[in-house]
Amino acid sequence: MEDGKMVEPQKVDAPVRPDIDLAKLPNATIGDIYVENPRMTARQVRVNYGDKTAIEDVSLDIGGSEVISFIGPSGCGKSTFLRCLNRMNDTIKTCKVSGDIRLNGGDIYAPDVDVVPLRARVGMVFQKPNPFPKSIFDNVAYGPKIHGLADNTGHLKQIVQEALERAGLWSEVHNRLDDPGTGLSGGQQQRLCIARAIAVSPEIILMDEPCSALDPIATARIEQLIHELSSEYSIVIVTHSLQQAARVSKRTAYFHLGRLVEVGLTDKLFMKPQHEMTNNYITGRFG
Amino acid sequence: MTTFQIAATILFIGLVYFLIAQNSARQLQVSISTKLHSRHQYYGFFACLLAWLPAYALLIVMAIGDDIVFRSLSTSFIPDAVRTDADFNEIIAHAQIKNVVSGTNFGTQPDWVYEAAEAWQGWIATSATLTTFLCLSLAVLGGGWGYYKINPNFRSRNAVEKIIIALLAASSLIAILTTLGIVFSVVFESLRFFALVPVSEFLFGLTWNPQFEGAERAGSGQMGLSTYGSVPLFAGTMLISAVALTVAVPVGLFSAIYLSEYASDRTRGVVKPLMELLAGVPTVVYGFFAALTVAPFVRSMGVTLGLDVASESALAAGLVMGIMIIPFISSLSDDVITAVPQALREASYALGSTQNETIRQVVLPAALPGVVASVLLAVSRAVGETMIVVMAAGLAANLSMNPLDAVTTVTAQIVTILVGDQEFESAKTLSAFALALTLIVITLMLNFIALHVVNKYREQYD
Amino acid sequence: MIDTPKGLVSPTTATERVAASMAKRKKSERNFQLLGRSAIAVALAFLVVLFFSIFSKGLPGFFQYYVEIEVEIDREKLDPTGDLSLQSLYDGDARGVIRSALYAAVDAEGRKNKRAAGKLISAGAEQRLRELVYDDPSLMDTTQTLRFALDDDVDSFLRGFIKRETPENDRRISDKMVEYIDRLQSDGKIVYAFSDYLIFGSASRNPEMAGIYGAFIGSILTLSVCLVLAFPIGVATAIYLEEIAPKNRITEIIEININNLAAVPSVVFGILGLAVFIGIFGMPRSIPLIGGVVLALMTLPTIIISSRAAIRAVPPSVREAALGVGASQVQTIFHHVIPLAMPGMLTGTIIGMAQALGETAPLLMIGMVAFIVDVPGGVTDPGTVLPVQIFMWADFAERMFVQKTSAAIIVLLAFLITMNAAAIIVRKKLERRW
Repeated sequence: MEDGKMVEPQKVDAPVRPDIDLAKLPNATIGDIYVENPRMTARQVRVNYGDKTAIEDVSLDIGGSEVISFIGPSGCGKSTFLRCLNRMNDTIKTCKVSGDIRLNGGDIYAPDVDVVPLRARVGMVFQKPNPFPKSIFDNVAYGPKIHGLADNTGHLKQIVQEALERAGLWSEVHNRLDDPGTGLSGGQQQRLCIARAIAVSPEIILMDEPCSALDPIATARIEQLIHELSSEYSIVIVTHSLQQAARVSKRTAYFHLGRLVEVGLTDKLFMKPQHEMTNNYITGRFG
Repeated sequence: MTTFQIAATILFIGLVYFLIAQNSARQLQVSISTKLHSRHQYYGFFACLLAWLPAYALLIVMAIGDDIVFRSLSTSFIPDAVRTDADFNEIIAHAQIKNVVSGTNFGTQPDWVYEAAEAWQGWIATSATLTTFLCLSLAVLGGGWGYYKINPNFRSRNAVEKIIIALLAASSLIAILTTLGIVFSVVFESLRFFALVPVSEFLFGLTWNPQFEGAERAGSGQMGLSTYGSVPLFAGTMLISAVALTVAVPVGLFSAIYLSEYASDRTRGVVKPLMELLAGVPTVVYGFFAALTVAPFVRSMGVTLGLDVASESALAAGLVMGIMIIPFISSLSDDVITAVPQALREASYALGSTQNETIRQVVLPAALPGVVASVLLAVSRAVGETMIVVMAAGLAANLSMNPLDAVTTVTAQIVTILVGDQEFESAKTLSAFALALTLIVITLMLNFIALHVVNKYREQYD
Repeated sequence: MIDTPKGLVSPTTATERVAASMAKRKKSERNFQLLGRSAIAVALAFLVVLFFSIFSKGLPGFFQYYVEIEVEIDREKLDPTGDLSLQSLYDGDARGVIRSALYAAVDAEGRKNKRAAGKLISAGAEQRLRELVYDDPSLMDTTQTLRFALDDDVDSFLRGFIKRETPENDRRISDKMVEYIDRLQSDGKIVYAFSDYLIFGSASRNPEMAGIYGAFIGSILTLSVCLVLAFPIGVATAIYLEEIAPKNRITEIIEININNLAAVPSVVFGILGLAVFIGIFGMPRSIPLIGGVVLALMTLPTIIISSRAAIRAVPPSVREAALGVGASQVQTIFHHVIPLAMPGMLTGTIIGMAQALGETAPLLMIGMVAFIVDVPGGVTDPGTVLPVQIFMWADFAERMFVQKTSAAIIVLLAFLITMNAAAIIVRKKLERRW
C-alpha cells in the first residue's frame, strides 16, 4: 500500500446549511495538512449517520511525537473524526465511514483488517473517566493481559508500574493497587485511564475532551502529563477550550460543521488565522 | 332474601338516592340565587355512597359471621357424653350438623344432630330476616341522611372525595390483611403442630413418615410411631432445584448474553417472545409433560446406559422445572446486562479487546450482582413450585442426593396432606402448615437477599 | 539481543505479540458466540419438544370414534309410563334399545357374543338416547340411524394402541369384539369424528364420555370472581400508593407487604383460603367464589405493581395542568391520570388473569379437586377449573385420557395465548409514548 494514495470520493449531495454562507466556505482546507513521515493519514473522509452527514471531505496527517488539537464549535464533527481513527465508530450501527485512513501506510478500513490490533496501537481516553469496576492494578493490567504482552507475572507488574509512573499516578497509588479504581478522584481516574491506555504501548493516543469533566487543578495536571507524553506518543486531543489547545498542542485543526476548515501550527493559527471562519471562532464571535 | 338479592336491592336503593339527591340539588339551584358549593352530581354521589357503604359493610359482616355464630351456638346441642368422649372432634360434629342442614345426609345420625340441625335452620331463617331488615334499613337511612344534608353550604364534593380517598386507603389495607391472614393461619396451626412434635425433630429429623393418626390411635400403626423429620423433604427440594438450576442457569445466562450483546434487533424481536412463551405455560402442563414424556424418556435412557433410574426421578422433574425457569434467568439477566453503562464497553473496546473478552471480563463482572439476584429469584421460584413435583416427582420421602432416585419435596407433601381427608387436630394435617411456614420463610429470605445483593453492589460503578 | 528494559514493551514488540495472540482470540470469540447460539437453540428446542409433544397427543384427542347403527326407537321400552317425564325415561330401557340395535348390526347370537357386542359401545350411549328422545319426542316409534360413541378400549384399538397381535389374554378386547369391530368397519358404520364429548361433556370416569365443559364453565366463573375483586382493589391500591399516600412508615410497610406477597408461592394462598375462608368463615369448599377470592389475593400484587408503573408513567405535567385549572386531587386522578394510565393497567390485569387461569395448586388446597359431574350454575355451586381437570385426568391410565388431557391442554393454551395476545394488542394500540 503506497502512502498518499487517493480514494475516489463518493459524490453525495451536501445538505443545505442555512446559517453558513457556502460562498465563504472553500472546498479545500487551508493550511498544511501534510507532515513528513506521518503516523496516520486521512484522505477525504466522510462519515454519515443514517442520512445525516457528520463530516465531509476531511484530509489530514498525524505526525509522530506531536500533539495536535481538534477545535471547533459543538457538533462540528471533531469527535466523530477522532473516533474514525481507531474505528470506534464501528460500535454505532448507523454509522458509515468512507475515505482513506491509514496507519503507517496500512488502510485501517480494509475489509480484512482486524480492529483489535488497530486499537492496541491507537489508544483512546474518553471525556468522562471510565475506569473498570476493578482494582487499580487490574485496570491497568487489563490491556497487557488480553494481548499477552507480558512474559510473566513479574513483567506484568513492571508494565503496570511503568504505565502508572508515566501517567504520573504511581506515587499516589503505589501502596493501594488493590483498591477499586472507581474510588479515586476524577482527575486520578482520568490519569488511571491514561495509564491503562499506555500499558498496551500504543503509538498514538486519542483524547476526546479528556479534561472537560475535571476541575482546573486536575486539568493542569493532565495537560502537563500530555506534554511529558508527547515525546513518546502522538497525541490527538479534541478540546472545546481554545486556551487548552494553545497550551498543549503544537498543531491545531479547526473543524466547522463537518469540514476541516484550517490546520496549522498552533501559534500561527491563533495569531494569524487565514480563514475568516477560523478567525471568527478564535475571536469568540461564535462557538 | 338471599345475600345476592339483598346486595342487588341495596344497589338499587343507592341508585335511587343518587337520582333523587341530584335532582333535588338541581332544583335547589334553580330556586335560590346563591350557587351551591358543589355540582349537582356530588350531592347525588354523597347520598348514594351513604346508602351503599354502611349497608354493604354490614351485609359482608353478616354473611361471613353467621356461620361462626351458628357454630358456637350449636355446641350447646352436643351432649356432654359425646363431648367428653376421647374420640370427639368438634369439626366433625359441626360437619355432621351441616350435612343434615344442607340435605346431603349419609345414613342416620344421632338425635342431637337432628335437633341441632333443626335449630340451625331456624337460625338461618332468623339471620336472613335480620340481615334483610338491618341492611335495607341502613341503606334507606344512610341515603336519607345524605339527602337531608343537601344545602347550598354543604360541601358535598369534598365529602364525596374524602369518602373516596378513605375507600382507596382501605383497599390498600387488603394487602396487609392478606399477609396477616397468611401469617395467622400458618403460624397458628404450626404452633399447634409444634405442641405435638418438637421443633428439633421437625427441623433435624431424618425420616418423614406421617401415618394416619386414626390408624395409630386405633392401634394399627405398623411402622411404629410416626416421625416428622423434614430433612428428606428439604433435601428433595434442594436436589430437584439443583437439577433445575443446572439446566436453567447456563441456558438462561448465555441466551441473555447472546441476545443482549450479539443478536440483531430482528433476532431479538423473534427469540425473546418465544422464550417468554416458556414462562407463560401453566405449571400443570409442565407437570403433565414431565410425567408422561420426560420421565419415561429419562428412564429408558437410563436403562440403555445400564443405570437404575426411578420412574419418577428427580432428574425428570428437575429437568422440566429447569425449562420453566429459563425465562426467569434469561429475562432478568438480559435487563441487568443491558443496564451496564456503554462507557465501560467503549473503554474495553478502545484498548483492543474482542467482544467476548469485553463481555467476560468487563460486562459480566459489572452485571454480576444482578445476575446473582436473578439466580436467587429463580431458586425461590423453584423451591415454591408445586405442580411439576406433584405430578412428576415421587411421594415417598427419600433422603438421597442421587438425581436418578425418586424424592419428594416440601410442596408435594403439603399438597398430598391437605388434599383429601383432613383432621385439623392431627399432627399429620398440622405438619403441612409447619412445612408451609418454613417454605414461606425460605422464599422470603431468598427474595430479601436478592433485593439487597443488588442494591449493595450496585453503587460500584455508578 | 538488546537488553529491553523490563517494563512497557516497545510498540513493535507489542504489535508482534498482539498479532500472535489473534488466532487464539478469534477462535475464542467464535466459540463464545457458538455457546450463546447453542443456549438459545437449546431453549427453543425445549419449547418445540414441549409443544410438539402436547399437540401430537392432543390433536387426535379432539376426535373420537363413533358407531352409526339403525335404532328402532321403541316408545314402550323407552318411556314406560308414556308421559315423557325424566323419571319415566330413567326407568325405561334405553340400554336395551341400543343393545338390540347393536346385536342386529353385528348379527350377535348367544349370550357370550351379545355380551361382547355390548362392551363395544360407551356406557354413555343410553344417556344420549334419552336426551335425544326428550328433546325431540317425534322420533318415538321411528327407526333412525343414530351415532354413539364407542368404548374407550375400542377407540384405543382403532387408533392402534391396543394391538391385534397381542394375545387375547393380554388384550383388553376379546377376539370376538375384534371380529365385530372388523364387521362394523367393513360395513362402513364406524366413524371418526370431532368429539362433541370433549367440549360439551363433563367429568366422567369413562374416557370416551369425558369432557371439559364443566371445568370450562368453572374456570369462567372463578376468573370472573377473581377479576371483579382483584381489578378494583388492585387499581385502588395502586392509585392510593402512587397519588395519595404520604411517604411515611405505614406506606413503606404496605409496599414491603405487597412485594412480599408477590414472592410467596401460590400454594400458600391456597392454604390461606383453606384455613381462613373455609375453616373460620365456614364457607363451602370447592366453589368458584372461594377459588376466585384466593386467586384474586394471589393476583393482587401483580395488578398493583403493573398499575403503579402505569400511573407513574403519566407525566407530572398532566397532573399540574389539571390542578392548574382548579381540579381537586380526586378529580385530577379520576378524570386525567386514570384514563391515561388505563392501557397499562389493563395490560397488567389481563396478564394477571392469564396467570390465574393457569393456576392449579391453590385451588387444590381449597378442594376444587372433587369429582363433580354437574356443570356449576353459579359461583356458589361446586365446580372445578380447567387446569385442575387436567391435573385429575393426568392420573388416569387409559390411553384415551392421555389424548383428552392433551386436548384439554391445547384448549387451555389457546385461551392463554388469546389473553396474552389481547394484552399485547391493548398495549400497542392504546398505550401512549410520552
